Amino acid sequence: MTGRPSLLIPIALVLAAAVVPRVFPWLEVVLLLTIAQGLAVLGILVLLRAGQVSFGHGLYYGLAAYAVAYMIRGGVGTDVLLVIPFGVAVASLVGVLVGLFVVRYRYIFFAMLNLAFSMVFYSILEKFFHLTGGSDGLRVPRPTFAGLELERAAFESSLFYLSLGLAVLVGIGVHRYLQSPLGKALEGLKTNETRLEYIGISARGALLVAYVVSAALAGLGGTIMAMVQGVVTPEIAYWVTSGEFVFVAILGGAGNVIGPFIGALVYQVVRLYAAAYAADVWQMILGVVLLAVILAAPQGLVGIYRDLIGRRRSARRGGEGAQ
Amino acid sequence: MSQLILLAVLDGLAYAALVFMVAVGLTMIFGVMRILNVAHGSFYAIGAYTAASISLGILGAGLSPVLIYPALLLSAVLVGGVLGLLIEPLLLRRIYGKEQVLQLLVTFAIFMILEDVQRLIWGSQPYYVDNALTMLGNVEVVSVFYTSYQLLVLPAVAVLTLIGLRLFLRRTLQGKLIVAVTQDREAAQACGINATRVYLTTFVIGATLAAFGGALASPTTSLVPGIGTDMIVLSFAVAATAGLGQVEGAAVTALLIGLGRSFAVYLMPELSVLMPYLIMVAVLAVRPQGLFAVAATRKV
Repeated sequence: MTGRPSLLIPIALVLAAAVVPRVFPWLEVVLLLTIAQGLAVLGILVLLRAGQVSFGHGLYYGLAAYAVAYMIRGGVGTDVLLVIPFGVAVASLVGVLVGLFVVRYRYIFFAMLNLAFSMVFYSILEKFFHLTGGSDGLRVPRPTFAGLELERAAFESSLFYLSLGLAVLVGIGVHRYLQSPLGKALEGLKTNETRLEYIGISARGALLVAYVVSAALAGLGGTIMAMVQGVVTPEIAYWVTSGEFVFVAILGGAGNVIGPFIGALVYQVVRLYAAAYAADVWQMILGVVLLAVILAAPQGLVGIYRDLIGRRRSARRGGEGAQ
Repeated sequence: MSQLILLAVLDGLAYAALVFMVAVGLTMIFGVMRILNVAHGSFYAIGAYTAASISLGILGAGLSPVLIYPALLLSAVLVGGVLGLLIEPLLLRRIYGKEQVLQLLVTFAIFMILEDVQRLIWGSQPYYVDNALTMLGNVEVVSVFYTSYQLLVLPAVAVLTLIGLRLFLRRTLQGKLIVAVTQDREAAQACGINATRVYLTTFVIGATLAAFGGALASPTTSLVPGIGTDMIVLSFAVAATAGLGQVEGAAVTALLIGLGRSFAVYLMPELSVLMPYLIMVAVLAVRPQGLFAVAATRKV
């Protein structure tokens, strides 16, 4: 699982992602949403490394999105290059505060306390109508891009390449973090926390770092999503959003940093069609797929791919794909 | 003001009774199987819808409306039996001993499926069948009128359930087996207890209790999609505040959270949704294991 991944696939994916919107312009928004969701899912993946799952990362996704909306509407900072760091900073700051509390808990308590915090935020968004626009949400005016006022299409393209670049950088960063001693401590936390503390590492400290990283990632995704959609509603902080993140993380496979983006891509494309043809049973489809993935392919899509590759090269790297 | 407080207390009691029915099943299942059943809220919702449908059927067929009361229990057994007997052996049994995260996600997946099943069967139009409530009329408590169904029936059923569960767990063989597996599964299995069967029994009992909670709630509220979601979060808050696995503790914290919520409804309506979370966070901040649980020793 932790071996040096082949660089071929990630590079091919990024190149394909960079070229495809030039051929099929309608895919640009789909890919932007894929990146936004993929970043948040990457946050979930960091926590999954520690064996923890959060049903509340919609909190950070929504926080950053609303922060962006307020900032642009208030005229405080109306440039993409200011808005993104601000949204990420807000999400990280709240991540530290909430993190200090939730890292004391594990598993179910961790999952449900995160859910509780996100639901608190959700009901604040719903209830304080005069501030948040209630369930109608807030419109997000289009920000400038590095000082330039752009038309919608040009703005989306610029934002897309910026996001793609950010996603690549963040992906590399997270990969290196997970390979670092601090990241390895998360695996230790998953297998045996007491042993981890016996070797002198604070389990809570390691988990707090991971938690803040995951909050920042979800925040980054949220800022992009807010600018792409041009509107923020309380739904983005609802538990369904958080559940989708976890779903995509499992679908893509929690083994490496590419999984979240592949999972998010499959998810967005399927949703595009399912929303049109099977809106009534959308959740059911998600549930069945989730069950199938967990029961039949716990390593996710990336794992299935690896198994296929692994079988071909079984002589050389046979045992690597095993759990 | 005193009337307001009285109303809040009465509302809180009725609500606590319903929450207890769901939370106690959740906590029992967790105690035995170490799985937090996220789909528990769906059992509640489907129990409520089934009860409403059966009640409508009884009224439509021109039968005596009194039959609605046994119908509430019948729908609970029906829903709990069918869903419990399907879900535990077919799905949950495959994931015991796997990562906790995966167990949580499997029940989450079941929850998503059941939410849509419920919407496909009953649609998103609200259901409101309150004959069970209106037939019993009102009683006067000091100076306010309150429905006897909520004042007497709901708390009585909850108390009977608590006593029944206590007797069942302490006095009967089947119950003692459940307690044994809760305390130490390996030791229990070494004594020859068939843990698989205990799991199934517990899950069916827990599912039936949740569905019964829903059936009892159906006359008091209009049924819309999403009631299951609210209930799972709330009953988890109750179970976690008590300490997961604590049956009697769940009753106490159900009261605490039920009363807290209804006071918030009357005094600070904006906070009513937050109240259960606030109580849970406050309790867990002080006692991470919950109010009634004994801290487990960490295994190296």
